[in-house]
Amino acid sequence: MAKTDTARGLLITPIFQNNPIALQILGICSALAVTNSMSTSLVMGLAVIAVTAFSNMFVSLIRNHMPSSIRIIIQMTIIASLVIVVDQLLRAFAYDLSKQLSVFVGLIITNCIVMGRAEAYAMQNGPGLSFLDGVGNGLGYTFILLAVGFFRELLGSGSIFGITILQTVNDGGWYLPNGLMLLPPSAFFVIGLLIWAIRSFSPQQIETSEFKITTNTKPHTAQGSV
Amino acid sequence: MASNDSIKKTLTVALSLCVVCSVVVSTAAVALRPTQQQNQELDRKTNILQVANLLEPGQSVDQQFGEITPRVVDLRSGEYVDDIDPDRFDQIASTQDPAMSRTLGGGQDRAGIGGRVENYATIYLVGDPENPDEIILPVRGQGLWSLMLGYLALEGDGNTVVGLSFYEQGETPGLGGEVDNPRWKSLWPGKEIYPEGSNEPAIRLVKGGVGSNTPDAEHKVDALSGATLTSTGVTNLLQFWMGDEGFANYLARFRDTSQGA
Repeated sequence: MAKTDTARGLLITPIFQNNPIALQILGICSALAVTNSMSTSLVMGLAVIAVTAFSNMFVSLIRNHMPSSIRIIIQMTIIASLVIVVDQLLRAFAYDLSKQLSVFVGLIITNCIVMGRAEAYAMQNGPGLSFLDGVGNGLGYTFILLAVGFFRELLGSGSIFGITILQTVNDGGWYLPNGLMLLPPSAFFVIGLLIWAIRSFSPQQIETSEFKITTNTKPHTAQGSV
Repeated sequence: MASNDSIKKTLTVALSLCVVCSVVVSTAAVALRPTQQQNQELDRKTNILQVANLLEPGQSVDQQFGEITPRVVDLRSGEYVDDIDPDRFDQIASTQDPAMSRTLGGGQDRAGIGGRVENYATIYLVGDPENPDEIILPVRGQGLWSLMLGYLALEGDGNTVVGLSFYEQGETPGLGGEVDNPRWKSLWPGKEIYPEGSNEPAIRLVKGGVGSNTPDAEHKVDALSGATLTSTGVTNLLQFWMGDEGFANYLARFRDTSQGA
């Protein structure tokens, strides 16, 4: 969690030490929806990198002129405009992928990572550093998406980036694909396992319990009465 | 910082931000629209070529599309309509227009397309439009989760299937989503829609596989395993679009002429 203001630190720390999904548990929703193949994960990741980086930069540029009463709305407007531009670009230059991503590109607007970084970092720091912070957090998001996409596509469709690795039974091979992996709930399991793995690797990420469960002091006679 | 919170400053910042953002967004939308439309057009043509089994990788789609003639057909009479431009006609949007569509009575909406069906449909003829090698018909219907949109390609006899392919569907991946599986799609060519001398479509999906000794094997296709509702949806949409509300009247002309000759 060490604050690093070097460019390198801004780019690298969000990938492992301060990952927006694994540590801050932000942006889970879209991570569930788009990770059933590696290529959609990658494009979604790139889109989020672009949006987070530029929204951070623009928010940072006008941070000294922002009336605090409409601060959040301003951030949302900037983010929404960028998301629309990214969506339009994808439709123009990566039509097939944008068809697969469908509404989820538009839903980057509601991705908590973007808003979270604008509010937490860009409001206090200069445009250059904010841009890098956005790229870093986008990379962290992309990293998790690709990791989840790797397992889901490999186990669910037997391929990586559409290239067949395990020949499935339906295509005349031997591998019986795990259908659950193609459905959104499997991303929950994979993300859960990833968070477990990351936190076992660096235990300082484990959160302290917010409260302790005390032993039941209620007399047993009270049982049965409502 | 205090001056930032004055009403004047708040309004100025809000207004100028809105202006800048709207300019950026509309510039992007307007500048990229031609490329996007090109993509959609290309996607549609690719789908049509694919279902007709004509798509050759490495060749320009537009060039390959050259031998395909789009025509608009009146579904009620089965006649061609010349005063609607097939390149501009949006078939699915026309179901919202009372002048271009009609309501389906109870039990008629087998495909689950929302109770209304269009009067006109764009079809694609491969080869000579008077005596086509293949007829490509748009079909759509409700599966388990989603409206499935696709094309059915028939041979020039208006009866034998060349292929069935969906370009948009949101069925369960791995189960109903297997309507996109090339191995399943390869079961379709050669199947026949109508029984001898009838206008009632007989094509359907059946459970348990279709072998050479299955009775009426030419009208049956193996259903998708683990996807009963998607399979029923495919059967229903084919029966609907090949039936009287769909293309039966139009297709009758091909079968009549081929039988007469």
